[in-house]
Amino acid sequence: MDWQALTLSVKLSLVTLLFLLPIGILLGRWLAYRQFWGKSLLQTLLALPLVLPPTVLGYYLLVAFSPNQGLGLWLVNTFGATLIFNFQGLVLASIIFNLPFAIHPMQRAFSAIPREIREAAACCGMRPSLVLWKIELPLAWPGIVSAMVMCFAHTLGEFGIVLMVGGNIPSETQTIAIAIYDRVQSFDDHAAAVMSFSLLLFSMLTISFTYWLSARSERTHD
Amino acid sequence: MLFTPTLSAAEIPVIAAASNLKFALEDIATAFHQETGKSLRISYSSSGNLTRQIQQGGPFELFLSANAQYIEQLYQQYKTLDRGQVFALGRLALLTHIDSDLKIDAQLNGLKQALQSRQLQRIAIANPKHAPFGIAAREVLQQQGLWNTIQTHLILGENAAQATQFASSGAAQVGLVSYSLALAPALRNRVRYVLISDLLHQPLQQTAALLNNAGDTAKLFFHYLQQEKARGILSRHGYTLP
Repeated sequence: MDWQALTLSVKLSLVTLLFLLPIGILLGRWLAYRQFWGKSLLQTLLALPLVLPPTVLGYYLLVAFSPNQGLGLWLVNTFGATLIFNFQGLVLASIIFNLPFAIHPMQRAFSAIPREIREAAACCGMRPSLVLWKIELPLAWPGIVSAMVMCFAHTLGEFGIVLMVGGNIPSETQTIAIAIYDRVQSFDDHAAAVMSFSLLLFSMLTISFTYWLSARSERTHD
Repeated sequence: MLFTPTLSAAEIPVIAAASNLKFALEDIATAFHQETGKSLRISYSSSGNLTRQIQQGGPFELFLSANAQYIEQLYQQYKTLDRGQVFALGRLALLTHIDSDLKIDAQLNGLKQALQSRQLQRIAIANPKHAPFGIAAREVLQQQGLWNTIQTHLILGENAAQATQFASSGAAQVGLVSYSLALAPALRNRVRYVLISDLLHQPLQQTAALLNNAGDTAKLFFHYLQQEKARGILSRHGYTLP
């Protein structure tokens, strides 16, 4: 087992969640409650990573953040930073490819909250932030948790974008998925087998957990 | 804090290396560490792919390419300090799984026969678009007049190591791959191989060049690579020395 790669993967997943949790709640809730001009276009854009080949996203990120031109050049000149072939770049990439996995379940969870409950809370004079905190979040939490679990697992397993945008740099961008690829190419079948089996077990656990969670919340809603 | 990888790791220079160098380089890096106490991080891929990563600002301090052309290209773009130094010459091998009944020989006669008698299914080479060992393999097959007929049987590895993995695992029947990888300890008793004459392809000049941001450790390793100890290791791993 390559602990360095595993640690890096877990760190990447956790940092991604840190960003996606507020983004998912705010955007998911907004999309659940509001009608506005351009909503379907926004939803299309947010769902795009579901069907877009990871290499397409990887290619655009490489083009956008290449330090030789445009945005990437500006970033280097302004902040002395680049967003490819390093950990920060991977964080940005995983936030983008996880957007639908974070937003969809949360949007569904917020949509399921009956409108009357929110209106009743507002009529009683609760501030919107308090309504969110005391009423909406407790009702929507199974959706939020399952979104976070899916994002975590998805980040752990992402390969194409990570290889394209991150390269294969030990303890910087060599995540567990890349490490498996790397070990296979080093004829180290044992290490590849151990890591693959660990990820298989973990993925099964993740899926069982989200099923259990949704079954549980259906029971409590009945 | 979240954004900095462990501090110790961040200080260790990253070397971009052609994948055929994998096992030799690991031994050299170990010897280097024993003598100097300094560590290296090595990122392996095809030389063409690494060249592209360097052009796009990859954080490498030293580049070990499997041919001199990629270094020259980077030098023209002001990405390297100089035109670099050839430190070894790579060789090709014809390799097959130990259980395969394919005849392998340096003249590729067994391969020709298998091709004619439709026994050949898949032959793995590195991708000639961006892997120097793939370019060399193509040159050998062209020299032998096999290139056109073998097209439909080609399996392209992403780099020299992947092509070798395809052939050594039996996923492809045979591979025209890096000799140094055929000698890998992990493949002992798993493969048969034969060295191919280096008159059949352009020299595979393993070239090292320091990149603009090279620090002291990378510079030290660049010199270490050309000294007796490292040369001995390279020779043991099947490289010809310049």
